[in-house]
Amino acid sequence: MNAPLTIILTGALVAASCSLVGTFLVLRKMALLGDAISHAVLPGIVIAFLFTNSLASFPALVGASVVGIATVFLVEALHRSRRLYEDTSIGVVFPALFSLGVILVSVYAGQVHIDTDCVLYGEIGLSNLDEWIVGGKSLGPRSIWVTGGVMLFDLLFVLAFYKELKLVSFDPDLAASIGYSPMLVHYLLMTVVSITVVASFESVGSILVVAMLVVPPAAAYLLSAQLINMILIAIAIAVASSAAGYAFARSVDCSIAGAMAFSAGLFFLAAFFASPRNGLVARIVLRWRLRERLTRQLLLLHLKARVTVEEARTLQPEDLVVRFGWSRSRIDRAVRRLRANGLIESSGGRLWLTQAGKAALDREGTAVLAHR
Amino acid sequence: MGISYTLWNVLLGATLLGLVGGVLGSFALLRRQSLLADALAHAALPGVCLAFLLTGQKSPGLLLAGAAATGVLGALCVILIVRGSQLIKEDSAIGIVLSVFFAFGIVLITKIQRMPSGNQSGLDKYLFGQVATLVTEDLWVMCGIIAIVVTTVAVFFKELRLLCFDRAFGASLGFPMRGLEVLLTCLLVMVVVVGLQIVGVVLMVSTLVTPAAAARQWTDRLGSMILVSGVLGMFGAVTGVLLSSASDSLPPGPTIVLVSSFVLVLSILFAPRRGILWARLRERAVRLRIRRENLLKDLYTLGERSQSWTVLTPLHTLTAMRGQPARELRKNSRVLAAQGLAMLSGDEVRLTESGLQAAEKVVRKHRLWEVYLTRRLELPTDHVHRDAEAMEHALTDDAVEQLEERLGSPVLDPHGKPIPPRIRP
Repeated sequence: MNAPLTIILTGALVAASCSLVGTFLVLRKMALLGDAISHAVLPGIVIAFLFTNSLASFPALVGASVVGIATVFLVEALHRSRRLYEDTSIGVVFPALFSLGVILVSVYAGQVHIDTDCVLYGEIGLSNLDEWIVGGKSLGPRSIWVTGGVMLFDLLFVLAFYKELKLVSFDPDLAASIGYSPMLVHYLLMTVVSITVVASFESVGSILVVAMLVVPPAAAYLLSAQLINMILIAIAIAVASSAAGYAFARSVDCSIAGAMAFSAGLFFLAAFFASPRNGLVARIVLRWRLRERLTRQLLLLHLKARVTVEEARTLQPEDLVVRFGWSRSRIDRAVRRLRANGLIESSGGRLWLTQAGKAALDREGTAVLAHR
Repeated sequence: MGISYTLWNVLLGATLLGLVGGVLGSFALLRRQSLLADALAHAALPGVCLAFLLTGQKSPGLLLAGAAATGVLGALCVILIVRGSQLIKEDSAIGIVLSVFFAFGIVLITKIQRMPSGNQSGLDKYLFGQVATLVTEDLWVMCGIIAIVVTTVAVFFKELRLLCFDRAFGASLGFPMRGLEVLLTCLLVMVVVVGLQIVGVVLMVSTLVTPAAAARQWTDRLGSMILVSGVLGMFGAVTGVLLSSASDSLPPGPTIVLVSSFVLVLSILFAPRRGILWARLRERAVRLRIRRENLLKDLYTLGERSQSWTVLTPLHTLTAMRGQPARELRKNSRVLAAQGLAMLSGDEVRLTESGLQAAEKVVRKHRLWEVYLTRRLELPTDHVHRDAEAMEHALTDDAVEQLEERLGSPVLDPHGKPIPPRIRP
């Protein structure tokens, strides 16, 4: 397999598995627990490395995952002891464990070939060089096997516990009341997050892991209100970020993992502004439309109220400027629209309700009319 | 022992950072912004790189200005994402800003390192901090920033306290709460920026939060918490730097963090009143007192049947009442005996005269509370016993006298049993 494909595939597999489990972290407002785990597993990785001399071996995976779960447990124990707030617990636990890891790396510098910078941004660029050789036969790059295995594992986990995860994420009380254990699901999820983080660590570093746990799911959250779609969109964004990040890193010559995470950020930015339903632009447009509709409704009601008083049958747009504090252009837009629908008439700078408008107003009420 | 120029600089820098980090960390902790501080630190990284890329210079003031700029931008982004999307929660927003800004910083750093001129830029020291490179110029910049922070906190202490504990009340008094928030965030960014050189981006949050979290265990007052937090911050810094300078393989930043974390663990365990050890001891004392009071009461109720309270009662009779093992009862009886409240002979126990008085006191509390519940809260008589079982151990003597007065000194409880009268001293 050639180098670019290996790198992109590794990145995509990591990103996809992180997004898969990250979706539930984002939904459960636990995004930062994922962040904490990704930092805190470092000592576990170093210790496992000391014993097995490899990062991607099975014992290393288990050892580091145990530290990951211990992190979650410690954070919750501190929080539940009511001596620290939850965010403070996270903020004190992961730096301590991460520091421990950095010190272990430094103390065992002769035996552990982990560069502290690589802890942060990995060595994905070298992932094609390390081949998995069994019985003298190369089975291709090991990173693909490891990250692919984790992807499969995460997929199986989510498929097996989809209903439970969904219920616990959206309504933990209901889940508990009908006999599921939110606690058990929580710890299962955290175990899977830990395993995912650890397995992804070597090739991509903690920074890509954190980004992929949170950013694609958050972007997908803005794009879909359905859990299954949210997961699929998150994975699609994650994979696209890997490819885009690789291309970007190649063209400007910089860290590939960093570029992949940064690309994910750009996707989020796009979703934040341009999501059809929840994007900033869509919401500004919606707010504008509501405002215009309200203008038309108030204008109609105002004209109707004046019909009963003979001498005030008509009014000038300037009166509305004074009455409602609206701008002239806002009034003009409303008048144009209502005239086009034949509900009001204007002549010589005066406005009045047409017979059709009056009848329609009596018949249907303003709310319906203003939609036209 | 001679202390080198470098070590002096390191010590001084780390101590100043410990002080100011501890002070501002208290506010970050109380305002639940511990992790926002983390995001700020990460967001400062691209600023350092951008400043270097744009100017090609490495003067600390310039790089720190860049760091402050993107740090503030990061804080704004968190707010914008939460308010603008109305869907993404704060934790996700922090995660997004933290990782994306940091990733951008990594992109820039690696880009700079691979430029022909950038090899020696040394910007990667901002990742984990590198105190050894501190020069006097850095220290002066730090001193300036610290002076600003400490002065601002001192001047606006009252307002900041309102912000931490009752924002709505502060706003109703006409204080500019939003302005104070902005001010506090700016100060936080300044401290984060100062800390980058010493502990680095990744561990910055610990410099702020860990000493504050430890200080929180020692006091309930904001003023003293800030003070303790500052002192603990300095202690962690000095100890960490000295430990790391004494060893070849202990990097200073992580060592400082570990020392502070150790102090936090000690504080959580042993701080007076709030510490877990103290709480356990207190709980144990209460539990034992409750058991002894129950024993007194049980002896009293047994004696009530025969109207003689000071006869010997076999322990197994008491076991039958509350399901307590005889071993436990014997232990409690011995304690009561030592206090002169009971006498233990073989497997039998009886109240002494003063034990009887103590027992009457407990029973009085129990039965008066039952009267209160039935009369004032109009609970049915078969619903009040369980509550009285708890309250008999909690009511103070004062409260009981007041209760009796308000109830008009009843003589019988709702079950028709006599309420022992107050003992005249």
